Formats: sequence, structure tokens, C-alpha cells
Amino acid sequence: MASNGIRLDHRIICRIVEPESRVLDLGCGNGDLLYLLAREKGAKVQGIEVNDSAIYECVKRGLSVFHGDIESGLAEYPDRSFDYVILNQSMQEVKKIDWLIGEALRIGHQIIVGFPNFALIQARFMLFFRGKAPITPSLPYCWHDTPNIRFLSIGDFRDFCREKKLRVREAHCLGKKGIIPFWPNLFALNAIFVVTK
Amino acid sequence: MNKNGSVGIVTTKYFTFAEPPDPLVIESGRALSQVILAYETYGTLNRDKTNAILVAHALSGDAHAAGFQEGDSTPGWWDVMIGPGKAFDTDRYFIICSNVIGGCKGSTGPSSRNPLTGKPYGLDFPVITIADMVEAQRRLVDHLGIEKLLCVTGGSMGGMQALQWVASYGERVRSAIPIATALKHSPQQIAFDEVVRQSIMADPAWRQGEYYEYGQPEKGLAVARMIGHITFMSDQSMEEKFSRKLKNGQYNFDFAADFEVEGYLRNRGDSFVRRFDANSYLYITKAMDYFDLSGGRLIPNGNVLPTRFLVISFKSDWLYPSNQSQEIVRELKMKQADATYCELPSTYGHDAFLLEVEEQTTLIRHFLDKTFNGYHVASDNGI
Repeated sequence: MASNGIRLDHRIICRIVEPESRVLDLGCGNGDLLYLLAREKGAKVQGIEVNDSAIYECVKRGLSVFHGDIESGLAEYPDRSFDYVILNQSMQEVKKIDWLIGEALRIGHQIIVGFPNFALIQARFMLFFRGKAPITPSLPYCWHDTPNIRFLSIGDFRDFCREKKLRVREAHCLGKKGIIPFWPNLFALNAIFVVTK
Repeated sequence: MNKNGSVGIVTTKYFTFAEPPDPLVIESGRALSQVILAYETYGTLNRDKTNAILVAHALSGDAHAAGFQEGDSTPGWWDVMIGPGKAFDTDRYFIICSNVIGGCKGSTGPSSRNPLTGKPYGLDFPVITIADMVEAQRRLVDHLGIEKLLCVTGGSMGGMQALQWVASYGERVRSAIPIATALKHSPQQIAFDEVVRQSIMADPAWRQGEYYEYGQPEKGLAVARMIGHITFMSDQSMEEKFSRKLKNGQYNFDFAADFEVEGYLRNRGDSFVRRFDANSYLYITKAMDYFDLSGGRLIPNGNVLPTRFLVISFKSDWLYPSNQSQEIVRELKMKQADATYCELPSTYGHDAFLLEVEEQTTLIRHFLDKTFNGYHVASDNGI
């Protein structure tokens, strides 16, 4: 698969997803990832997205998407409707995390969670030495305009999974250009976890 | 390609079926003989007959959806959406639109001649349902030799027919685009319809539906239509269109139409009387009130249907509000149907499905493209 133009996290998720799977992407944005999965993996894809113009982009690509927020759009799905439920770069904007992950694991066999790492070394420096809320390539917002309401590290999410007795099947820690092999909680910009019950 | 053009001059055709001894048995158990459907078609049916789209009209619509009839200066009711280069692109698709049974625009309805008596049916016409309308359309689609429809679509009552097609003949529908519609009429919608019917029936000129020798119950029908028009708009669109503007710049201190909104409603009511049969208004509103595909009736037997869905609602539509479209969507999710839902921003209220051309066109064009060709088509915005 060519890497040009395709985001690293999308490439990783595309590698994780088995061919012909049923995939639900919560907060699918303009559908880049779903389109990739549909084309590369022949996945049967569906998305939920709240943004008007992002929805139009999805439909332009022939994707099936629901206009609405992800917290109110899950209850109707029967158990195990999907092989994968994806929460890529959307979990940090959600209020009821615990409930959402529970729902995602009800309707999907596995969930793929991608989130920015708050414990990145630049973030630590910015807070410690400059005394300012961190701005990093994966957390590019100012305190007053960020859509994020959750700030977590890779270590935090591992703790969460342990506490909730969730099985971490895979964990990929990503830098700018590739996987971070050492001390990911310090050096990874983003993490992608594959989690099951 | 003629971008955003017109289908040009069109003529209405007529299809007659249910000749005795083989009448159309309708949902109530009664039968109709010699049923006529008025219909128009636009574009060309391809050799495999895979490009046919059925467009269903709303309460007061007709078969004339696009183009111009000889001598007319106004086009069909959805001309903004149907034509070369438009949402329902007649360069690619074959579009069919028929007048519903129970109507008064060429299809068999209460104002038609009863073959048994030679006089207009009046209230002898049986009460029909949305399913009966669809059953009649199915005969027309058979008559045209089409096994599978690429799409069934419509707004408001047209959307109900699209949903009913899925419920009755899901295997023959590759996609459905129900717009500004509902899985069932709510008590509020039934209430409006009841007021509408009462205003017609309270007019002495209605004569228990036997008015055809005397003329329409004009007052009652006009008031009925005025009520309708209020529900089709939003408070915002009324503010923008009329505000409190006065017709003569000052109060008349009488009960003539002071405000522009009054004049508008009176005008709409009066012109409606000239074009629509009062009894048809009773029958069609009743059919809408009976409509109910909730409780698993949309996709029966837990079947996974091959049908794709594009459900569209409008933010300011309070007659068929978004939560009713979301109810359709919930049903589709439960049945794991391939579906897309979009709530479009609009201030036009329920009328938006006739007026919000740009966004609907974007959604519908690409949705149909995907249904017809699959993912791997080079569209103007594709990757």
C-alpha cells in the first residue's frame, strides 16, 4: 500500500482490519479512513458524524453515514453488529467514555481506539518549564478552542483497560513517521489500541 | 451534456388495469375495477432496465414532476430535481412519476366515473391506503417491464410510498430515498389532517361528497389548504417572507386581509380550489393517517434487505420533524440495513424538500451514483 497521502494512523488501522469485515467508525469525519477500508479491505463500512460538511464529503464518496452525535446513535444496533468499532481521534471529545466503550464493545467484536498521547515529552516540557497548557502536533489546539475534553496518556489508557478488565489485543504507538519502539508514553504522538472484552 | 437543463415538453400517459373480472383488491378488502394511473416518464430506459427510478408525489402532487406540458409556462412540481444534469439525471436514469390512486390528476379517484353507475364515485370510492397506492404503482412498473427499480423516492407522502415499496416489495428496490417523511403519522399529524377534513365536510356545499353536479365546496377546501400551508412553512420562513407587512400599508379596521400573510393564504386557498378535488383531499389525508410501518413492519421477518437508504430531513420542518426521520433510521440500524441519514439545514420548513435544491442534489447524485456503479467510479469529487 502506498504511504503517500495516507495518514500513518489510517495505514495502521487498515493493516489491523481483516478483509471484508463490518466496520463502524464513530466520528468518521470526511470518511478518509472508511473509504480506505472499503477500497483496500473490501470492508462493509458505516460511519457516524455530527459535522454537516463532513457528512456531505462522505456521501460524495459513496459512504453510508449517519448524521448525529456518536453518544446518541448506538443504542439501536443489535449486539455484535460489527467486527470492528473504531473510535479514532474521537474518544477524547466524548463525555461518557465508560458507557461509550461499553456500547462499542456490545455492538462490535473488537474496538480500535486511537488517541493523542498527552504525556509526550514536548507536552511535559511545555507544562513543566514554560508553565503553559501543552500544544503538540497531535494536540494542536489552544486551551480555549480545543474540542478535546479528555486528556490522557498511553499509560492512562492501559490502566483504564486493566481496571475495566478489557483485553488489549494490540497497541501501536506512533510518532510522526512510524512506530515508536522505546518509551512510547514519552515519545509517541498517538496510540492505537485494539481492545476486546 | 446539457447541464441543469429541462426535460422539455412532456405528455401524461395513462395505464388502465384491473379490468373485470380481475379487479384490484385493496387493503380494506374492497375492490376497484378499471383503474387508471396517469404517469409521465423522463429519460430513457436502458437495455437491461436497471436505471429506472420511481418518484412518488406528496399530498396534492401529480404525475407531472418535470418539464413543461404543451402551452404551460410553469414546469412540473420537482423540475428543479429532475432533468439533464440534475439530481435525478435524465441523461443517465429513466424517471417514472405517477399520480396516486385516490387522486384527481388523471388517476382513478373519488371524482372519477364509477364504471358501475356511470357517475362520479364520490364517497362510494373505497378508502385507500399508502399500500394500495404502491400496489397500483407496482402494476405500472410491471407494465413497463421493469423487474427492479434503481430507486424509489419522494418527499412527505412520497417518502411514505418509498418506505411502503420497501415493506411490500423490498427485493425489487435497490435503493430508497425517503425525504421529510415518517414511519407513521403522529397524533399531531392526524390532528391537522382531521381539522383539514372537518373544514371540508363542514361546508354545506360538500353535500356528503355528492357535489360534482354543483361545484366544489370551495370555502371548506380553501380553508383546508390554508391550514396545510401554515404547516408547510416554518415560523422563520414566514417571518422572512411576510413579517407583519400590510397589504395596504395600514390597518383596514375590518376583516379583509390586512396582512400579507393573510392575503397569501387566501390566494393559495382560492387557487387550490381550482386545481384539486375536495374528496381526494379527504381520501389522501386518510391514507396518510393510516400509514404505520413502525414495530418492525418496514423490513419484516428480520430479513437483511439489499436495499440501500438515503434518509433526508430538514432542521426547520416541524410537520415531519427530524426525529421522525431518525425513527426510520433507528429501524434501519436495527435491521442492519445499508443506510445514510442527513439532516439538512434549512429555514423553509416542510416545503424544504421542494426548495433546497443544492444540498439535496449533492447527496442524491452521489448516492445514486454509488448505487448504480459501486465505489469505483470517477465522480467529480472522487479520489
